[in-house]
Amino acid sequence: MAKQNGTLRIGAGASFADDRIDPAIDLAERGKLDYLVFECLAERTIARENLTRQKSPDRGYTPRLVERMQPVLAPCLRNGIRIVTNMGAANPEAAGREIGRIGKDTGLGPIPCAVVTGDDVVELVRQRPGLPIMETGEPVETLLPRMVSANAYLGSDVICQALATKTPIVVTGRVADPSLFLAPAMDRFGWSYQDWPRIASGIVAGHLLECTSAVSGGCFADPGKNDVPDLANVGFPIAEIGGDGSVVVTKLEGTGGRVDLATCKEQLLYEIHDPARYVTADCVLDITEVDLVQQGKDRVAVRGARALPRTDSYKVTIGYHDGYIGEGQVSYAGTNAVARARLASEIVQERLKKRGFAYSEIRVDLIGMTSVHAKAFAPEPYEVRLRIAIRTTDRKAAEAVGFETRALHVNGPYGGGGGSDPVVREILAVQSVLIPRTLVTPRVSVTEAA
Amino acid sequence: MPRVYDLAHGRAGDKGNTSNISVIARDPAAWDVLRTRLTTERVAEAFAHITPGPIHRYELPRLQALNFVIEGALGGGVTRSLAQDMHGKSLSSLMLGIELPDEPWPSNAP
Repeated sequence: MAKQNGTLRIGAGASFADDRIDPAIDLAERGKLDYLVFECLAERTIARENLTRQKSPDRGYTPRLVERMQPVLAPCLRNGIRIVTNMGAANPEAAGREIGRIGKDTGLGPIPCAVVTGDDVVELVRQRPGLPIMETGEPVETLLPRMVSANAYLGSDVICQALATKTPIVVTGRVADPSLFLAPAMDRFGWSYQDWPRIASGIVAGHLLECTSAVSGGCFADPGKNDVPDLANVGFPIAEIGGDGSVVVTKLEGTGGRVDLATCKEQLLYEIHDPARYVTADCVLDITEVDLVQQGKDRVAVRGARALPRTDSYKVTIGYHDGYIGEGQVSYAGTNAVARARLASEIVQERLKKRGFAYSEIRVDLIGMTSVHAKAFAPEPYEVRLRIAIRTTDRKAAEAVGFETRALHVNGPYGGGGGSDPVVREILAVQSVLIPRTLVTPRVSVTEAA
Repeated sequence: MPRVYDLAHGRAGDKGNTSNISVIARDPAAWDVLRTRLTTERVAEAFAHITPGPIHRYELPRLQALNFVIEGALGGGVTRSLAQDMHGKSLSSLMLGIELPDEPWPSNAP
């Protein structure tokens, strides 16, 4: 492969568990990459997968692991591209074994994976009921009986250990998203946790890539205002990282989308709070002096990222059972539609009360009017869809909302149509705490192909 | 009355029960207007029916962008919200819909 000497090319293959699959195949085939990174864990994904693992000990990794890995393994192995992914979720070892099995089944041969574990800190948290919840300051104690997972956001150091095993694939559970991208740069260029400007560059590169097409025009498109070409075929981004910490964000020729100052600025600020103090697992990032420079079509150079040393704690996300959300929907149209939807909402609530159900929270949305920004701005629409959502610890009470809403079909007000099937969602919520780094032991093991 | 939408683009991100919304100027003239008139007070007014805040405002002059961090905006947090838009992705359009005063907001002291 004609990979540029001295420059590391990393592609972003996924930004969440259900992201598109074909852009990553394109990157694997044509990207001239050194690495392809798949980031597939939202905040509560591990909690859900931990429940899966309790039922089936061989599962608990990202459910679409096989579907996502199968088409990229051959081009990645052929082109010498290493894969780094957090698709291990709650069971990285099983994910590693599963990838090995794909290799065997598809005739690719043995595919050893370096597996990162040690992020699971359930027992550490259980022993420390006094830990304050970051958002509320309250002790974590009240969540402990309902806790289903607790995972530390590990950093690049343990991913570097995994990369040092030279396996073609590194599978992790919870690690900080940008660390998936920084680690290959640290490994290639020998950066240490003293090279703060370079660590900062690598984290910025990761931050810019971790939402895939968000930086290449996906979230930017607004027809007539922010036009983005060929959005249906938007290309996933590539970072070119130099040993001096230079970073260029780009995408493959022939793909849709755009990489320019506007799209890069949006992604740069995404989920940042204080821009001078963005705490990651590897450093405290400061983007206030970052300059973005357009270097040609779909090429943006990123300079000036700074960082302070990493903190002495890991952020830990705790998943816990938080009762149920029940929901019902029904539509009204034509003259007086909104008034009928409002009457319908009152009827459902009165019926639920009469039947003895109590809810800690009720939300009434008029879809098309108030459901997204919660306040009607425009004149009344021609048609409206009522949505009632409630929170409760009682599954029966959650179900009742949907049934009562659908019963409006026959019991009125008039013209209610398209009642949804009753929806009940069992809620896994998350809260975060900090625990000292010294208590956590990240580990690497290598799974041989089955 | 200039509207933020005509001067800027932006995007919302979520962490727990907090939304951050970037407001990125389309050109230097727009930056000048946004920097002086899109104040914390103006944003708090537009988001009052969603959250009492607090709201934090950060200026990034090199990027000609503002970053608003709006606490309590996500109905208890992405994982437990009763809202359809649990992540508050659409809150960026609420921000962009804000109309700005023709003169700098009086309480603003940048």
